[in-house]
Amino acid sequence: MSSTNPKNNQMRFDLQIIASWIEPGSRVIDLGCGKGELLKYLITHKNVTGNGIERNESRVAQCIEEGLSVLQGDINEEVLDYPDNTFDYVILSQTLQQVYEPDTMIRSMLRIAKKGIVSFPNFSHWSCRWQLLSSGYAPVTRQLPYEWYNTPNIRVITIKDFRKFIHEVGFSILKEVAINTQSENRYGKAISFLPNLRATYGLYLIGNGT
Amino acid sequence: MSEYIEHDKDKISVGIVEKKLFTFAESPDEMVLESGARFGPVSLAYETCGTLNEDRSNAILILHALSGDSHVAGYYTPEDEKPGWWDNMVGPGKGIDTDKYFVVCSNIIGSCMGSSGPCTINPRTVLPYGLDFPVVTIGDMIEAQKALIDHLGITKLLAVVGGSIGGMQVLEWCARYPEMVSAAIPLATTTKHSALAIAFNEVARQSIMADPNWNNGEYYYGPKPDMGLAVARMIGHITYLSDESMRLKFGRRLQDKSDFSFNFDADFQVESYLRYQGKKFVERFDANSFLYITKAADYYDLGKQHGAGSEVKAFSKMAAAFLVVSFTSDWLYPTYQSRAMVKAMKKNGLDVSFCEIQAEWGHDAFLLPNERLTSVIRGFLERVFNKSQK
Repeated sequence: MSSTNPKNNQMRFDLQIIASWIEPGSRVIDLGCGKGELLKYLITHKNVTGNGIERNESRVAQCIEEGLSVLQGDINEEVLDYPDNTFDYVILSQTLQQVYEPDTMIRSMLRIAKKGIVSFPNFSHWSCRWQLLSSGYAPVTRQLPYEWYNTPNIRVITIKDFRKFIHEVGFSILKEVAINTQSENRYGKAISFLPNLRATYGLYLIGNGT
Repeated sequence: MSEYIEHDKDKISVGIVEKKLFTFAESPDEMVLESGARFGPVSLAYETCGTLNEDRSNAILILHALSGDSHVAGYYTPEDEKPGWWDNMVGPGKGIDTDKYFVVCSNIIGSCMGSSGPCTINPRTVLPYGLDFPVVTIGDMIEAQKALIDHLGITKLLAVVGGSIGGMQVLEWCARYPEMVSAAIPLATTTKHSALAIAFNEVARQSIMADPNWNNGEYYYGPKPDMGLAVARMIGHITYLSDESMRLKFGRRLQDKSDFSFNFDADFQVESYLRYQGKKFVERFDANSFLYITKAADYYDLGKQHGAGSEVKAFSKMAAAFLVVSFTSDWLYPTYQSRAMVKAMKKNGLDVSFCEIQAEWGHDAFLLPNERLTSVIRGFLERVFNKSQK
């Protein structure tokens, strides 16, 4: 799983891997696209048709200023309006842990796109386990840097949980890579040995398995 | 829309512009209006800024709102006290960059700013049309502009841009001539008036028609219905502002006095402001035009006209890339109305960007200098222009 060959080391490591999974010339939508870093990269380097949805006004404005096609709204709502298979890929990068109904979201994603790319911080990383075990407080890490009372991350997901979840909702995992990187870091490495314990993030390419 | 026009603070301007007139639909080739009436000849006042490039691919049509005109930017003479109504957006290096784009703005049919309208002379009677002027629709405005764009030798517009009633025209252009519009920017607008919007327009119209000077629209050689029009404008102004902007701008402050006058003079600043706006408006606007244009706006219903009642179906005919912008404090065309059109665009797989800009100035926010609005328009236009050049 360490076959990722990121061309752009300016971009966050996890985004570099996501970019490497996307076929050139495809239609892509990024749910929660932030300032459009990934979309911009995909348009420039992979010639994709890119769309984004973002909740924050100033980030939306920044995306549009940069020439991206982005609309302001809540991803849970906005994902509903697209016709089936509008896109080749739908990306949900580091946002699943903030989604109220993950199963509904995943189903919507694989309705509007042929394939989905999902990444999330791995809650069973040893540092989380160790903090809970040793201190008895809810873990606060570089990937999940909030207290329990102010976190937007309402779900705790582990790599093992996600694999189980995808099979339960009836989809397949087409590719997966577990990585060790820090939240804004441009460098990192793929983890193949004991990923559920050693990886800070899980990245998944999911589909209907057909 | 209100008047906030000021000289550019950095003194950047397109400079001197000229109002031109294009006349067409002479007898027997009159324009057939949506109502079925035939009307001609039609004159449109228009202005251009910037230069049309060799392959005629850089033309942007700007569509004005209720009380606007063709004078979108620049000055007629160096002595002018103020520039065109969107000078903060249109000019060299501005959001709509006249160094790159060729900008056309025409006065709508039915208006009183140089195009054919109720105050222009009917060639048959040699008197102003008054109420003999046919009722025109947003669609009729577009048909007239289409004739102008053809006349200018432009087969494809890079973009159509407009706010409020100008935004309705943007949508109507995209529905009628999808092959002629690469990109569209409807700002602070709606696909159809709400009951609230119609209600305010009706009160404004009643105010004009209740003025004894209105005289069924025949007042051009006598006293004008100034009071009725001024009150209509005051009502309009309330809808262009917002609770927040009025609280910040006026609150309950008194005008040039420290206590109530205990009579019916203007005590509060907001009263004095509205009276001033009303008074200023009657100096430049025709009461009959106000009736015609507000009626056209009330009749507008994109879904009914182009989708047999379905907005999704209406948008299925369109092909433009869209940038939709709404403003948080706009209570005339609130954000939910923009969201509804964005939804319909998405359902049709149209390329749409949407931003709800935080602004306290109500509906009028689209006219005021706003860095965010300027930069999203600039970025969007650059994208569509670069794409069209490939």
